[in-house]
Amino acid sequence: MIYARGLVKRFGEFTAVDGIDLDVAPGEAFGFLGPNGAGKSSTMRMIGCVSTPSGGELRILGKDPVRDGPAIRARLGVCPQTDNLDPDLHVFENLTTYARYFGIPRAEARRRATELLEFVQLTEKATSMVEPLSGGMKRRLSIARAMVNEPDLVLLDEPTTGLDPQARHLVWERLFRLKQRGVTLVLTTHYMDEAEQLCDRLVVMDGGKIVAEGSPRHLIDTYSTREVVELRFGDEAPSSYVDKLAGIGERLDPLPDRLLLYSADGDAAVSELHRRGFTPSSVLVRRSTLEDVFLILTGRTLVD
Amino acid sequence: MVTAILANRLVASPSRIGAVINRNVGALRSGPSYWLVLVSGFFEPVLYLFSIGIGVGQLIPSLTLGDRVMSYAQFVAPAMLAVSAMSGALAETTFNFFFKFKYVKTYEGVLATPVRPMEIALGELLWATIRGSLYTGGFLVVMIAMGLTTVGWAIVAFPATMLVGLAFGAVGMAVSTLIRGWQDFDLMFAGQFAMFLFSGTFSPVQDYPLGVEIVIGITPLYHAVELVRGITTGALSLGMLGNVAYLVAMGGLGVWLANRRMTKVLCT
Amino acid sequence: MVLYRRLWQASVFSSFVLPVLFVVSIGIGVGGYVGEIDGWDYLSYIVPGILASGAFQTALSESTFPVLGAFKWTRSYHAARATPVRIIDMVLGWQLYIQFRVAAASIVFLLVSAVFGAVHSPWVVLTPLICGLLALSTAASVSAFSATIENDSYFSLLFRFVMIPATLFSGVFFPVEQLPAVVRPLAYASPLWHGVELSRSAMLGGATPWPWAVHVGYLILLSALGLWWAWRAYSKRLRD
Repeated sequence: MIYARGLVKRFGEFTAVDGIDLDVAPGEAFGFLGPNGAGKSSTMRMIGCVSTPSGGELRILGKDPVRDGPAIRARLGVCPQTDNLDPDLHVFENLTTYARYFGIPRAEARRRATELLEFVQLTEKATSMVEPLSGGMKRRLSIARAMVNEPDLVLLDEPTTGLDPQARHLVWERLFRLKQRGVTLVLTTHYMDEAEQLCDRLVVMDGGKIVAEGSPRHLIDTYSTREVVELRFGDEAPSSYVDKLAGIGERLDPLPDRLLLYSADGDAAVSELHRRGFTPSSVLVRRSTLEDVFLILTGRTLVD
Repeated sequence: MVTAILANRLVASPSRIGAVINRNVGALRSGPSYWLVLVSGFFEPVLYLFSIGIGVGQLIPSLTLGDRVMSYAQFVAPAMLAVSAMSGALAETTFNFFFKFKYVKTYEGVLATPVRPMEIALGELLWATIRGSLYTGGFLVVMIAMGLTTVGWAIVAFPATMLVGLAFGAVGMAVSTLIRGWQDFDLMFAGQFAMFLFSGTFSPVQDYPLGVEIVIGITPLYHAVELVRGITTGALSLGMLGNVAYLVAMGGLGVWLANRRMTKVLCT
Repeated sequence: MVLYRRLWQASVFSSFVLPVLFVVSIGIGVGGYVGEIDGWDYLSYIVPGILASGAFQTALSESTFPVLGAFKWTRSYHAARATPVRIIDMVLGWQLYIQFRVAAASIVFLLVSAVFGAVHSPWVVLTPLICGLLALSTAASVSAFSATIENDSYFSLLFRFVMIPATLFSGVFFPVEQLPAVVRPLAYASPLWHGVELSRSAMLGGATPWPWAVHVGYLILLSALGLWWAWRAYSKRLRD
């Protein structure tokens, strides 16, 4: 579906995407994970054929995005990072009008709009204007709009950023249903839980480069330990404990407010801690996540 | 190969242009206030015709333009006709276009589909021309009813007003892609208003000092007024071909620039 | 719509440059074809009218977006409500600001029209007062209207169906007697017509069509009603 080798995007002096290689197979849910400014959105815009690559090779659905932009876009569904729904149209017309841009006949457009509103659970809002909708509803409408041409490949740029937890779960659930239908999904996110929930495979991006690639499980197994212990100490800065705790677990990472202790067996590490006479003000043993992978790979947290 | 790329770039699909227009028709149906603003735009030039053309016209016995003698209302009416074509088209390609271009990002969504910038530009321009033509069609009916032109000349004048709308719409769109924010619209508004008052609309440009007359001769509304007035008063002349050429060039330049700017801003 | 949201900020343009352009285009341009009117050249005839209509338009537009905006977008009136400021102070405070705006614009415009040779009577010193009264009679009720509405698209209707027709048919450009008898009462009801006639009388030195006290009285009556309405509308709005 997507094939890229040495893909580069420059804006003047600034290099947003710095030579990345990608292969996305049909039916896959593929994720770009990284903090803001990692080059995810620029990559997405190149895949969406609205931005011309500055260098490297890119093929979308086997075609050249520069030459066959309109033909490729006809088979893509795009859900942008910030909703650009049409405020002058009501919900139903947002879908039918959009369908017309793809040359879909009027009657067929109406049939699909009805079906898609059902799918994103907005049927009751069909004649509402866009403005009064909640953030989650708008996002679901954007997803429905991206589906109106029955695309082979759906691009979702940060599909749940800015939504409350309940709205996020609803969006995830709908996207999961799409995946089950065999639609190829490509999404960017800076939420680890989102990547873990939705992606079969993902790349971690930082500073325009791909720093790791694999399934979520694979990435955790490769780069992190099975469990992580979060320690807080009341008195001193976490960094001052790094030397004192040396030898416990496999790795220690001091953050401004807490200390992360990586270990295959968290409880064993905590017992060792107590045996040495340390009394942290709080102790939390949890499973390792992609957040930890990112921290290990880049030395930085994802969400500032 | 090169020709294939060129052809691919230049060919615009009528159905995709139609889809851009379709969006505006949809907006018209959905929003009650849009309707109202659209309809109310028609009345402004009509009110000017009644006030200045008829009201002040009663104080003016007649007006001689070259070797033609006409009533003052006959003189002002075609100017207001050209103004309604201009303002109808400009309303779409300036405020509405800018809002969609810069604030609600409508076109970013559209460009994620097979539609290309040129198709958006042409679609918006045709829509603007349709709006301008609704105004001028209505205005011509008013003119016929008041005996300010004949049915025959009105039929000839109608396509001319479409050209006026097209030319102004295109330039308005090009300017909108360059504009930084709403404050720049004030400047544009000022320019539009100055043209409205001095383009041979209310008094013949020959009355102005030669320097001023030459400056006015460069501005677009002057050419629009000359063309339309020549037709509605039934006094065709070769000079009107120059007016037509001016307006065609203006429209072409506007579309070219608008397409370039949209591609640059939205497709990087 | 968005269009007019900016209009009130283009105030220098609308309250000064625009009237001067009008004088040049219509007064001088068209005036060349108009004979005398009531014994005056056309330029002298319309200058007092354009002066008054400038005050009218400034008053009207300053009472629309800024007032609705203060209630709805910036909520500065709600903020003021939490202080000892009384509602009547808020109403009068904004009117006072409009008075300043109108006075400044009128005086500058008068200086320009003196240059054009359109001032013919010592009574001209009264015209800023006339403009002030005209502005109050208009701005008070328009502010009240702005305080009662929710949606700013009403303003474009107000501009297009009230302000522009009023400007064009209130005796600024031609005597209202020329209007068909059916619509003449509308012109008589318009505060602008009374302002125009008073201003014309002051600048040219002639008599007003109706006794001057009637014109002045009508404007005072409108001002009082407008202020009362504004006080009511502000009170109601701030209770929400």
